[in-house]
Amino acid sequence: MHLEVSEIRVERGGRRVLDGLSFALAAGEALIVTGPNGAGKSTLLRALAGLLPLAAGRIAVTGPKDAPPCREIVHYLGHVDGSKASLTAAENLSFWAAILGRGSALRPPEALASFALAHAADLPLAVLSAGQRRRVGLARLLIAARPIWLLDEPMTALDTASRARLLDFIRAHLGQGGLVVAATHAALDLPNARQLALRH
Amino acid sequence: MGDALAALFWREVKIARRTGGAASIGIVFFLVLATIFPFAVGPDLNLLARLGPAILWIAVLLSTLLGLDRLFQADHEDGSLDLMLTSATPLELIVLVKCAGHWLTTALPLVIVAPLFGLALAQDAAALARLTLSLLVGTPALTLIGAVGAAVTVSLRRGGLLMAVLVLPLAIPVLIFGVSAAGIGATDPVPFAAPLAILGALSLAAIAGAPFAAAAALRYAGE
Repeated sequence: MHLEVSEIRVERGGRRVLDGLSFALAAGEALIVTGPNGAGKSTLLRALAGLLPLAAGRIAVTGPKDAPPCREIVHYLGHVDGSKASLTAAENLSFWAAILGRGSALRPPEALASFALAHAADLPLAVLSAGQRRRVGLARLLIAARPIWLLDEPMTALDTASRARLLDFIRAHLGQGGLVVAATHAALDLPNARQLALRH
Repeated sequence: MGDALAALFWREVKIARRTGGAASIGIVFFLVLATIFPFAVGPDLNLLARLGPAILWIAVLLSTLLGLDRLFQADHEDGSLDLMLTSATPLELIVLVKCAGHWLTTALPLVIVAPLFGLALAQDAAALARLTLSLLVGTPALTLIGAVGAAVTVSLRRGGLLMAVLVLPLAIPVLIFGVSAAGIGATDPVPFAAPLAILGALSLAAIAGAPFAAAAALRYAGE
């Protein structure tokens, strides 16, 4: 699996947020995107996920098999988790497992246990804390096998133990030949990590 | 893909029932509308019997719109829509299944209680049967036309009013044939089958076309 981004330009509201940006990532590599607020970190991740149109340039994924469209092989973890407060943690995860396609990954109860949420599986998200909700969102990474993880501020609201757990999962994902693009202000201790600093 | 759509359908039904909202509030709103009209029209039973089908259809139309503005807005705000776009399931099918869930939880209960409220508007048994059948055939069109409006206004904070302004004119054909299938025949020898067939055609056309329009609007909103 190989991700190649060449000379992309993304505009939002008539303003060029990204212009002439290029990079390439090979299997097992991580890209840490840094930069001040408004530099285009989230825009880059949304463009990679296929949620924003490119004004110029192209994003190409080449893989061992014929790669499906880029957006169908990415895990996009944005600022909001796509979870419903009135559903339980297990129901939220089971739904995303069905929508995103499970592949060879963990089942929802196991994924919740991996983020130390087994006790909260049957509680509606409305009664969980912000950090616990975030962990339910992160558990989504484990229920569907998708090679490219796009993480927007993944450490937000997490406690120390959960940060360590998430880093372990990211390292394991890289170890299996996955790709990670993470926009973050926090330092991530990852092997094969490359830096991309965005400016205004 | 079938699993994904089934999971989406049951999620919609669960959310509608859990929040204790959409379905029951729609029925209460329907009841309020249907009981307000006789106060305005007066206690003339013959007049009420003639106006009944029109009153009930307008009440159903307004009750259906209630809550429809949240159909996609909730998913837009909590990021679900972005995630659905990264699935292999086409957005058009997702829209259609969400509409089916919405119809089942909000429109179908209205169809079921409509005959009860019709009794309060001096409708006889034959009129009640026609009314119920016309609502059953016509409400899918209302839900799907409303879904297009909901998709267009998805990113607006107070999109509900704008959605009603956009959707109500588009619902006029449904209203015309719905009311004529439900009522005018009671005083006029217009056949029942013709308006009902056109109503069915409107619903089928909405089922075929509206998901594409709504999905296009949602993709645009995601940008």
